[in-house]
Amino acid sequence: MEFLSYLINGLGLGSVYAIIALGYTMVYGIAKMLNFAHGDVIMIGAYVAFFALTNFGLPLIPAVLLSVIVCTVLGVTIERLAYKPLRQASSLSVLITAIGVSYFLQNGAQLLWSSATKVFPAVISNGSLNIGSLQISYLTLITICVCILVMAALTLFINRTSTGRAMRACSEDKGAAALMGINVNFIISVTFAIGSGLAAIASVLLCSTYPSVFPTLGAMPGIKAFTAAVFGGIGSIPGAFLGGLLLGVIEILAKAYISTQLSDAIVFAVLIVVLLIKPTGLLGRKLSEKV
Amino acid sequence: MKNHGLVKKVLAALMAVSMMAALTACGGSGSSGSADSAEAAPAAEASAEAAGGVIKIGGSGPLTGGAAVYGTAVKDAAELAVAEINAKGGQQFELRFEDDAHDAEKAVTAYGALKDWGMQISLCTVTSSPGAAAAPLYDEDNIFAITPSGSSLAVIYQDADNAANPYGNIFQMCFTDPNQGVASADYLAAHPDLGSKVAVIYKNDDNYSSGVFNKFKAESEVKGLEIVYDGTFDDSNASDFSVQLTKAQAAGADILFLPIYYEPASLILTQANQMGYAPTVFGIDGMDGILTLEGFDTSLAEGVYLLTPFSADATDDLTKNFVENYKAKKDGEIPNQFAADAYDCIYAIAQAVEAAGITADMSASEICDKLVGQFTSMTFNGLTGQNVTWSETGEVSKSPKAVVIQGGVYVGVED
Amino acid sequence: MKNKKQLFIFDPAYRGRTASFTLVIAAYVILQALRSSGNLSSLFASLLVPVTCYIVAAIGLNLNVSVSGELNLGQAGFMSVGAFTAVCVSGRLVAAVSAGIPRLIISILCGAVIAALFGFAIGVPVLKLQGDYLAIVTLAFGQIIKSLITNMYLGFDENGFQFSFVENKCSLAPGGKMLLNGPMGATGTQRIANFTAGTVLIIIALIIVYNLIYSKSGRAIMACRDNRIAAELTGIHIANTKMLSFVVSAGLAGAAGALYGLNYSTLVPNKFDFNTSILILVYVVLGGLGNMTGTIISTIVLVLLPELLRSLQDYRMLIYAIVLILIMLITNNEKVKTMTKSLRSRFAAGRGADKKEAA
Repeated sequence: MEFLSYLINGLGLGSVYAIIALGYTMVYGIAKMLNFAHGDVIMIGAYVAFFALTNFGLPLIPAVLLSVIVCTVLGVTIERLAYKPLRQASSLSVLITAIGVSYFLQNGAQLLWSSATKVFPAVISNGSLNIGSLQISYLTLITICVCILVMAALTLFINRTSTGRAMRACSEDKGAAALMGINVNFIISVTFAIGSGLAAIASVLLCSTYPSVFPTLGAMPGIKAFTAAVFGGIGSIPGAFLGGLLLGVIEILAKAYISTQLSDAIVFAVLIVVLLIKPTGLLGRKLSEKV
Repeated sequence: MKNHGLVKKVLAALMAVSMMAALTACGGSGSSGSADSAEAAPAAEASAEAAGGVIKIGGSGPLTGGAAVYGTAVKDAAELAVAEINAKGGQQFELRFEDDAHDAEKAVTAYGALKDWGMQISLCTVTSSPGAAAAPLYDEDNIFAITPSGSSLAVIYQDADNAANPYGNIFQMCFTDPNQGVASADYLAAHPDLGSKVAVIYKNDDNYSSGVFNKFKAESEVKGLEIVYDGTFDDSNASDFSVQLTKAQAAGADILFLPIYYEPASLILTQANQMGYAPTVFGIDGMDGILTLEGFDTSLAEGVYLLTPFSADATDDLTKNFVENYKAKKDGEIPNQFAADAYDCIYAIAQAVEAAGITADMSASEICDKLVGQFTSMTFNGLTGQNVTWSETGEVSKSPKAVVIQGGVYVGVED
Repeated sequence: MKNKKQLFIFDPAYRGRTASFTLVIAAYVILQALRSSGNLSSLFASLLVPVTCYIVAAIGLNLNVSVSGELNLGQAGFMSVGAFTAVCVSGRLVAAVSAGIPRLIISILCGAVIAALFGFAIGVPVLKLQGDYLAIVTLAFGQIIKSLITNMYLGFDENGFQFSFVENKCSLAPGGKMLLNGPMGATGTQRIANFTAGTVLIIIALIIVYNLIYSKSGRAIMACRDNRIAAELTGIHIANTKMLSFVVSAGLAGAAGALYGLNYSTLVPNKFDFNTSILILVYVVLGGLGNMTGTIISTIVLVLLPELLRSLQDYRMLIYAIVLILIMLITNNEKVKTMTKSLRSRFAAGRGADKKEAA
């Protein structure tokens, strides 16, 4: 019974990682860059939702929408200003720029909203579902459901719409896609918009479960979600979903049954083992090399 | 063949700018003409004279990064105290507070910056491990330092493992970590009505938290207090406590001892509530601040016990005044214990400076000797305690008050 | 490349090397002169040793990232291994070797060797991977190293060493010393590092790296980077070649960490986290891949920059971030690039020999 409750908690945590990992993986799949500022977009999303809920007194859904809108605009702006000029530059230059953006957002947030922690209001039901002695909080259930919904919607979008098809084409070969009349820059912007919008949803879920809002909030979930994305095979959307869930479950189980101190080491050790067995992650595609 | 040429040029330009700035900085501090770079005293003296009778107080703490909330609290409270003291007339002070980002390396460079500025008295550092790195420098240059919140033994002792070889010129305004651990275990042992099985959740990568826990554990064995579970978390796992709480509950703990700061404590309280687990929660001074956390549902903290030297809800004039002025300075933010300790530090320094007849033209080393004499003999009344005294090792002696949170306010517990 | 050619330090083929050594020695002489005449501010004096540490670690990483083309995000992990090894060795030898310099040398050597061994052990699995996957695995190893050191307790007293893991079970006799105290790291370390040692370390690092680059193994490493399959077909043993540069890089990081650890009386494992790895990577990228002189200059500038921005108070890290982004945008701007290219070709006509050095 205890195991089941750990498992469900792990799935809840993993769902949040999965939604964040989707942002990483989509951007990587299409723009081929590691967007290390993604975690900080989550932080901005959390602040926007916090102020919408407390200072403006908005109900939950409009607050989430506002947060999604702000993050989407922010994501696209960051892409336009900082990453787009570097389309032809080496991937390392883009990586460093992303880190610069991350520092900028963190320090900007600290200046704007101070470094003091704010507590995210309990907007999602606090109760729990009891099945026998098993107790599952509604929040965890909602988190898991939202994650599945997001995943399903994204899969439909990617597979059924023309923009989705264009995105897949870009991730295969940007040059060929451009020749087929796809506006690659627009597609990259759309990718950033979706990734950042998802970050906003993730931020509300994250802060409902762990209600602390502070400027370095996004750093740790960011790294974990990035790990999850690689775990599942970076660039692959189902991979990010699977990687996120597995990472959450492994983290909670390692804490519960091995050691709270070593849980991080265990998570990363599992990642290494997986990559050694499947060098492109669980669901990543094997790249063939050309001479 | 990439654009290395350009990178080089940009770097060269930056380099030139930094060199220019470096040279100006050198010119500023080197004006005393002292040949030995280790000799701070004459430099300090020279600049103090130029400033016209103002005693320079330095200090460093995290103003950026994850621990920034503590550094800014100390900075603002210290600024407030300095402004108040200066407004009264008498000896004037000037405060300069540098960022150390909670990092030993930055604390040492911040010390360098303060020394160049001509610091005569210091607030040392806000956090412990930077404090331990800066302490030997204060010792070498013989500059008096009193830390508001660097509670580790390594801040005041050269040999912290054996609590031996105190620096002698570094004092603490807060309790040492072992002190709090012992006090907490003693309190719980003396009040069996609160519960008998203790679970502890502490932050194992934090000096403060681990220090308190280790001593608490040792003292518990002496006092026969039963610790049924101890769980840890660290910076990278500071949000999910479901595992630790489930285990504590499974172990049948009816007391949850949290020697941690109020931010993670608020998460623990929220998650325990979601699980329907309601032990008696016991905290230490780091728990203070939980009621004033923006957006926190204070009903979750109902019935929490804590040992704290300061509470922002106290009704004495000194506290009321301080809280009001601090709120005015920081748009309504309520001061925590870091702010209170920093405020007391400045007042204690001012009291000692006055009593010892210290003037701005004295060298830092001379001031240090006089202040050490004052601090080891004087009694101080401040926000964080009445009749506060210091031992020769620099440790503070004040009594923590046990309070319980009832109806969203601290209520003093009898005895 | 004939061997005797290496003797000519002014040979255009080795201009990069000459520039690096000249820069380091000139900087050392100027700074020492300033310091001994009392003209160096305390702030800058306190930055000398850490800057040399970061330079050595960055030179090692540059070898890794640009010469062998592997993105290593775990350099701080190797620094950490070196640092804590050195601190423990030095702490243990305080009584036996009281003189600072020999103890410093022994400690740094131990730190470098242990870190290199770690590099070897980690290199075996890591180097089987490529590209971003290799990067994430080095990141993972960096995190694991941090996590392990955070949980190690090592003390010694008159009865010898005591070691425990996860939980501190050391009970030392009075007068004993905790060399490693879990998350609290090492405290009470004697500060025996100095600027001269740091400069010597940079020079040694440069000698090692340049000798490697200009040797047969170095050419093999670069061949692997440029085209792995083609290099393999010409008979280069990929795994060994890559391992060589990985181990050297780890060893240099270890030495850098060792010097760093012995410069402060306290050291916490959290210091060497992901951010530190990234910081060193920024020094390397900004200095120019494969360009050791550039690495040295960019490290100095980027360490100094936040210190010089101290007067901006709360805004300094924000400005630092903006400067970082702007530098990246400007150096990669197409217009600026073509402009410098034409400038370069105008000035450097006939001096096309430094291809060796550029990535």
